[in-house]
Amino acid sequence: MADDILELKGISLSFGGLKVLSDVSFTVPEGKITAIVGPNGAGKTSLFNAISGFYKPQAGEIFFKGENIGHLHPPKRAKLGLARSFQNIALFRGMTVLDNIKLGAHSHLKTGLLAALFYIGKAQREEMALREEVETKIIDFLEIDHIRNMSVASLAYGLQKRVELARALAIGPQVLLLDEPVAGMNREEKEDMARFILDLNQEWGMTVLMVEHDMGMVMDISDKVVVLNFGQLIAQGTAEDVKNDPEVIKAYLGSGNVSDMRRRLGVEAAGSE
Amino acid sequence: MDWLFFFESSIAGLATGAIYSLVALGFVIIYKATRVINFAIGEIMMISAYLFLTFAGILEWHPLIALPLAMLGGGLLGSVTEKLIIRPMLGESPISVVMVTIGLSSILVGAAQIIWGPGPRILPDFLPRAPIFIGELYVSSKIAYSALIAIGLLVCYLIYFRFSRGGVALRATASDQAAAFSMGISVPKVFNYAWFFGSMAAALAGVLVAASGGLSPYSGSMALSILVVVIFGGLDSLTGALVGGLLVGWLETMTGAFLGGEYKMLTIFTLLTFVLVLKPYGLFGTKEIERL
Amino acid sequence: MRIGDAVSTYPSDEAIFRTQTQKVWMGIFIATLLTFPFVSSPYTLFLACLVGIAVISATGLNILVGLTGQISLGHGGFMGVGAYTAVWLADNMGMGLALSMPLAGLLTAAVGVVVGLPSLRVKGLYLAIATMAASVILHFIFVHWEPVTGGNAGINLQNANIFGINLNSDLRMYFVVVPLAIIAVLGERNLLRTRIGRAFIAVRDRDISAEVLGVDLLRYKLMSFGLSSFYAGCAGALWAYFFKVVTPESFPLDTSIFYLAAIIVGGMGTVLGPILGAIFMTLVPEILKILTAVVVPILPNAQVLLSPVRVVVFGALIVGFLLYEPHGMAEMWRRTRRYSHLWPFKT
Repeated sequence: MADDILELKGISLSFGGLKVLSDVSFTVPEGKITAIVGPNGAGKTSLFNAISGFYKPQAGEIFFKGENIGHLHPPKRAKLGLARSFQNIALFRGMTVLDNIKLGAHSHLKTGLLAALFYIGKAQREEMALREEVETKIIDFLEIDHIRNMSVASLAYGLQKRVELARALAIGPQVLLLDEPVAGMNREEKEDMARFILDLNQEWGMTVLMVEHDMGMVMDISDKVVVLNFGQLIAQGTAEDVKNDPEVIKAYLGSGNVSDMRRRLGVEAAGSE
Repeated sequence: MDWLFFFESSIAGLATGAIYSLVALGFVIIYKATRVINFAIGEIMMISAYLFLTFAGILEWHPLIALPLAMLGGGLLGSVTEKLIIRPMLGESPISVVMVTIGLSSILVGAAQIIWGPGPRILPDFLPRAPIFIGELYVSSKIAYSALIAIGLLVCYLIYFRFSRGGVALRATASDQAAAFSMGISVPKVFNYAWFFGSMAAALAGVLVAASGGLSPYSGSMALSILVVVIFGGLDSLTGALVGGLLVGWLETMTGAFLGGEYKMLTIFTLLTFVLVLKPYGLFGTKEIERL
Repeated sequence: MRIGDAVSTYPSDEAIFRTQTQKVWMGIFIATLLTFPFVSSPYTLFLACLVGIAVISATGLNILVGLTGQISLGHGGFMGVGAYTAVWLADNMGMGLALSMPLAGLLTAAVGVVVGLPSLRVKGLYLAIATMAASVILHFIFVHWEPVTGGNAGINLQNANIFGINLNSDLRMYFVVVPLAIIAVLGERNLLRTRIGRAFIAVRDRDISAEVLGVDLLRYKLMSFGLSSFYAGCAGALWAYFFKVVTPESFPLDTSIFYLAAIIVGGMGTVLGPILGAIFMTLVPEILKILTAVVVPILPNAQVLLSPVRVVVFGALIVGFLLYEPHGMAEMWRRTRRYSHLWPFKT
C-alpha cells in the first residue's frame, strides 16, 4: 500500500524489567479503519501512548506521513493531527461539553495572552469562528446539541464517550486514535458509536486507528486488524485473515482449539450484526 | 579555622537534628498513612509544650508525670484533629487538605494566646544542669539530654513500627489502602492511630525544643525547618526523616554559628530549592508514577 | 421569575452579560461604586481601597490556584516584589503610577515564572513548599539588599503621582484602585472565554491528557505563574502607593495564607469567588471590632482578646468553609440567585 499515513518500525518499550512492547512494526493505511486487538495486558494502550508521545519507546521509530516524529513532544504530535480519545474517560470535569470540545482545537488557535485578557477583535473573531465550526461540523454530526452547555461530570457514560470523540475531532485529526471507543456501552450506544466511526471514515475520509475489545465491532468495520499478544505483534491483515490465524486463536484461547475460537468469533461477529 | 568550635557546633547541630528527626518521623508517619501534609505539626508541638508548662510549671507536678501527660495530650490533639477535620476531607484535593491544616494551625495559635497569654514563657528546668565534656568539647546539657530523650523515643518508634501488629497495619495501609482494607485492617483506625502517634512524637519534640529555646504562641513556626527535612528526605520515608533531620539540624546550627542567625532560613531553603529541582522526591522518597 | 434567555447569535450566547436584567444590575452596581466615596465616612473609604487592592491580588492568585491548579505559598512575596519595585521606580526614576505599576507587575511576573519552574517537575504539596522556599528567599532579599530595599526600616514613597496628580488622599486612590480592580476581574473573565483559559482549566483537571491533546504544559504553567504574579505585583504596587511605605514585614508568609484563605472562602476557580472572598476576609477584622465594642460592657477584657480571637476566627473560617461549603461564598450566592429567579416556586 503506497498510502500509509502512519508507520511504526520496531517499537520496543519496557518499564524497569517489564517488557511491554517488543519490536512491534505495522502500518496504518490512509483513509481506512485499522483495529488493534489482543488480550488484556497485550500492550495496546501502551502502544497508543507511544504514538501520542506520552511514553518514549527505548527502540524503534514512528513515521507520520513519511516523517520521523519519535522526538516530538505530545502537544506537537497533536498539532500534526494525531488526535486521540482515552480508555478511561479523560474529560475535563470543570468545563462544559462545549468548552471540552473547544479545547481540542487548542493547538490551531492563535489568541495570545494580551488579546485574551482584553478579548479584543481578533480574539473574539477567532472564538466565534471556532464556535461556528464546532457547532456545525462536530456537535450536529454527533447529535450532542442538547448537552452542549452541561457540565461533563453530570453526563451518562455513553455520552461522555461521545464527547471524547467530539473533542478528538476538534483537534482536526489526520489520524483518529480511539482507545476502546465502545467499552462499557450498552448495545444501542455501541451501534451509535460504530455508525459514527463508519460515517467519519466514509464521509470525511478519516483514517481511524482503534483499540477495541469488542470483536464483533472490530470484525464488522475494520479494514485491517493488528493483533498483539504479550507485547508482540502476532498477526495482521484483513479481519478474515486474522480470524483464521492459528497464532491468534491460540492467543485468545491459550490452546490450539481452533474450531472453538472460530465459532466464538463467528457468533460474536453475528451478534452485533 | 577554630576546630574546637567547629566540633562543638557540629555536636550541638546533630543534637538539634535528632529532635528534628523526631518531629519529621511524626510527620512522615502521618503522611504515609493518610497522605496529608500536616502544616499544623509545629502548632501541635507548641500546644504540647504549653501543656507541659501547665502541668509542671503551674500545677507543679513532677516532670516524670507531666512529660508523659503532655505527650498524651499532643497525641489526643492529633487524634481529635483527624476525627473532626481530616476525615471529612477524605478525597478532596491536596490544596484543600493542606489549607485545612493551615486553618487549624491558625486556630491553635489564637487559642494558645487566649489561654496562656501572648508573651514568651520559660519552662521549668527538668533536665540535669551540669555541662558535659567530651574530651575538650563542651556540650550544653539541655541540648545533650534533649537529644538523648529524642533518640530514645525514635528507637522505640522504629522498633514498634517494625515489629508490632499496629506497625504492620500502618505499613500495609501506606502501601495499598484498598488491599489493606480488604485484608481486614480497619483503615480509619489506622488513620487515627497514625495521627495519634505522629502527634505524640511531635509533642515530645515540642517540649524539648521549648525547654532550651523558650516558648510563645508563635513557636510553631519552627516547623518550617521540618518541612525542609521531610522534603529533603522524601515525604514517605522514615529513613529520610532521620537522615534529613540530622543534616538539616547540623546545617542550620553551623550556618547560625559561622554566618549568623539570619542566614539559617536562607541556607536551608536554598538547599530545599536545589533538592526540589535536582531530586524532586527527596533522597529516599518514592517517585510518584503518572498514569494516563 | 425569569423565563428563558433566548439568544440567536453566537456572540450574544458568549457575552459576559447575557440578559437585560444583568446589564441593568451592572449599571446600578457601577453607579453605586461611583457615588460611594462621596457618601462614605473616611474610614469606610480607607477600607474600600484596601478591599480593591485585595480583589486584584486574590483574582491573580485565583488564576494560578483556582484555574490552573498550582498551589502557591509565594503570593505575598510577589506582592512585596511589586511594592518595592514600584516605590524604587517612583523615587529614583520619577515615574508615575501609570508607568511604575505595570513595570513592577512585569518584573514580578518574571520572578513568578522563575519560581514556577519547579512546577514542571513537582506537583501539589511539593510545589507548595517550593513556592514557600521562594518566599523565604525573597524575604531575605528584602531585608538584606539595603541599597534598594532600605533593609529592616524599609523605604518610603515620596513621589506618589499618577499623570502628575498627587495621590495624597484616599479619595484619589479610590478612583485609581477601583477601576483597576474592575479591569483585573474583566481580564480574568475574558481569559475564560478563550483558548488560554480553557488550557489553564485543562491543566488543572487532567494535565497529562491536556498535553496529549495539544496543550504545552510548560508554557501554560509558566504563563499562569507569570500572569498571577503580574496581578500580585500590581496589587503590591498599589498597596505601596496607598500606605507610602514598604518594609519586609509588610508582606509576611501570612499574606500568602490570607489570600489562599480569601479564594477558598470566596470560591476557588470562579470569577466571583475571589471578589467575595477578598471583601469578606478584609472586613472580618472590622466586624470583630464592632462585636467587641458590643460585648465590652459584659466582658471587660474583650479588648485584649480581640487580636487572638481574630486569629482563631481566621482559622475557623478556612476550616469551616472547606468542611461545609467547599465551593465557597460564590456557591452560596448562586443558590440564592437561583432561588430568587424561581420564586415563588420551590427549587
